[in-house]
Formats: sequence, C-alpha cells, structure tokens
Amino acid sequence: MTRVIRLSVNGTAHEVDVPTYRTLLDCLRNDLGLTGSKEGCGVGVCGACTVLVDGKMISSCIALAVFADGHEVTTVEGLAEDERLHPVQQAFVDAGGFQCGICTPGQVVSAKALLDENPHPSDDEIREWMAGNLCRCTGYYKILESIRTAADRSRA
Amino acid sequence: MNAFDYRAPRTVDEALAILREYGEDARVIAGGTALVTMLRQRLVRPGCLVSLRDVAGLDRVDATNGALSFGALVTHRQSETSPLVRERIPVLAETFRRVATVRIRHMATLGGALAHADPNQDPPVTLLALGARVQIRGAGGSRELAIDEFFRDYYESALAPGEIVTGVTVPVPAAGSGAAFVKFLPRTADDYATVAVAAIVTSDGDRCRDARIALGSVGVTPLRGRAAEALLSGERMSAGLLEAAGEAVKGEVDPLSDHRGSAAYKRDMAAVMVRRALTQAWEAARRP
Repeated sequence: MTRVIRLSVNGTAHEVDVPTYRTLLDCLRNDLGLTGSKEGCGVGVCGACTVLVDGKMISSCIALAVFADGHEVTTVEGLAEDERLHPVQQAFVDAGGFQCGICTPGQVVSAKALLDENPHPSDDEIREWMAGNLCRCTGYYKILESIRTAADRSRA
Repeated sequence: MNAFDYRAPRTVDEALAILREYGEDARVIAGGTALVTMLRQRLVRPGCLVSLRDVAGLDRVDATNGALSFGALVTHRQSETSPLVRERIPVLAETFRRVATVRIRHMATLGGALAHADPNQDPPVTLLALGARVQIRGAGGSRELAIDEFFRDYYESALAPGEIVTGVTVPVPAAGSGAAFVKFLPRTADDYATVAVAAIVTSDGDRCRDARIALGSVGVTPLRGRAAEALLSGERMSAGLLEAAGEAVKGEVDPLSDHRGSAAYKRDMAAVMVRRALTQAWEAARRP
C-alpha cells in the first residue's frame, strides 16, 4: 500500500513512492534527507515539525505525506538563499533566539510564516502566533526579540 | 500506524461509493488533526482512508438567506479570518480563533470537527448556541439535522456508517442579540478547555427575551444549559438572575474528573463561566 506522490519541496520537484501511512515529516526526513524539521511530541502540539504547505504552516508530524501530493512544501532548509541566511534566521542569530536549538527550525519557519502574513506584528500578535512553538530551554523573550528584530529590519 | 489503502476521490458521490465498497473498514479523513493522531496512537486501524481533501466545492463560506453556509472542508483558520464570518457572526470567528494553534487551525476542518464528536472541542459549543444545522449525505441521499440532534455520546454522532458531513448552515443572530464565547484554560492557551461556554441572549429593553447557552468539556457531548435558559426567558436582567442561571447549570452538566480538574471543580467552574458568558453577551446585546 504505497502511493507515488509528486510534490515540490523548497522549489525542487520530487516524485516519491511512499507508504500511505508515512507522515509528511518522515517523508521529508527519511525519503528526502531534509532533517531540519524535527519530531518533538508527535501529536501536533510542540511545533518542532512546523513546515509550510502552499505557504500555510502546519504540523508535519500529523500530516500524511500523501496530503502533500501536488502541493508546495517549504522547510527550514528552503529559507536561506545560497550562503545568505533568511532575514528571520539572521535575526535569530543576532538576537540570540535559540539555546539548545532543537525547536529552532520550527520557530524560524513559524516566524517566517507570521511575517509573510503580517510584516509588522505587535508583540501580542507575535505571542499569539508563536504560542504553539514550545522551547523547553524557555528562551521565549529572545525568540520574541528575534522576530521583532526581523520585522523592524524589514521596515528600514 | 497500520497499513491502509488511501483513496482521494474528487466528488462526494465517488467518496460515498468507496465508503460502500469498504464498509466499516473505511474512515473518512479531511484535515487529519484528530484522525492521524489516533492512527499514530493505534486507537483506530482502518483498512482504507477515504480522503475528502480533493473533493471540490466544499471549502466555501457563503451568505444565504439570513444564514451563513459553510462547506465541510472549510478550515478553522478560514472561519476565523473570513470577513463574512467576522462581520455577520463574530462570536463564531472568535471561537475558531481560540482553537489550539494557528498550525492546527490551518489543518482542521469544520466537517471533521463535527464528525469527530469530541466533547472537548470549542466550535461545536458555539454552533450549538447558534442553532446550526448539519448537512449529511449518504447512500440513501441527503438529510439535514439540527445540531441539537447531532451529538449522541462520547465521540459518537448521529452519522450512520457510510455517511459524510457535507456542510453546516448557521443562522445569523437576530438584531438586538449579543453573543459571547468564553473558555477556562488553567494550563496553556492551546489546551482543551476545562469548561467552555457560548451564550447568545436577545434583549427586550431590560428584559431578556430569550437565551441560548451551550457548554463543552463538561459531559459526554457538548450540551445545552436548558434550565438556565428557561430561568432567563422573559425576565428582567440582574446580577441575581445571572447568578441563578449559573447555579442552574450545575445540575445539567456531568463532567469527568481528569487532569484538567475534578468533576466537582468543573461543575463549579461551569457556573462561573456561564455567568461570565451571559454577562458579556448581555452587554453586547444592550450596546447601541
């Protein structure tokens, strides 16, 4: 019970023969070697597996790979352009928006999705949007600061 | 997860035919937030998943005759952000805004939320207070049920095997009415509620012409606070009346003790949250 799916990941077209029960996260990590997205809770709560499908952020651990057939997926690997970090990534570096790093790909992808939709969010809007991305190092202030930094820089 | 066939029909008719073919071995999937989690936990082991994700025409919200009609595949995020929903039935947009996280709201669908029949979800509570109607299709044709008739037991709805929720119609509340949705979240903002309440009241001067109250997370289904509604109907609004309405709800709920609170605690909190919801709804109804 496999199915051939055609999807675009970070702008590259892929054709993958996946078991129907494969999660999108496992497909990205194991079939396509994109290990940036992490599995944390495995039930859609922690945000470590956040990816964008057609620009909308979702939990890839509770999405089936077959759901992505015919769609465009963006992962953390797709944010930088060549050697240049995405402005959100650069802001996380500059403002110290991570500690151990395991939640960071999810945080960065979620923050990018927020700024794509709302380039200049208030602090409350940032908090509400990011509420589903857990950081067990509890570095939330720095994460907030990172996102604010990225938003401020885009205004300049 | 177990191995299963995956079928992605383009029309409801095709989906119904596949459901007939597989019988009780098939499960319908849309957003997948509930079902994929249950598959991963091996709580369900279907032989076939029938995906509605590629079925066209079920992802719209339209205004019809004093109501809004939602296709079953409308996501929670769509309901939250739709200008139509925000303008005509703001309490419903607000309810969706309060569900879980943006990620989950991008995935979860209205039809899925109803078919899942989890008594801890928020949208059914507000839909119950609003008097929504649920459109269902099966091999025998179409039928429509008042949402009061839809939820039957813990994770059990009135859907017969082989039937699919195709849409929901929600009447726009009458002029002079006010509505509120409140939920008590002692743990995190994206958690299931300990108690959730939706209330809609219509004012007639300083009297309450009528009230509809619905609660979630305090019984095996979302439920109406009918005794409290009866107390309010036609009465002059006062702090004492709101207090009495809250007390009346305690006899109507039947919560389970769990890590979100003991049954006794949830019963007490149901009274508090009903009073708060009614207070907010009444203020909104009286606003010129």
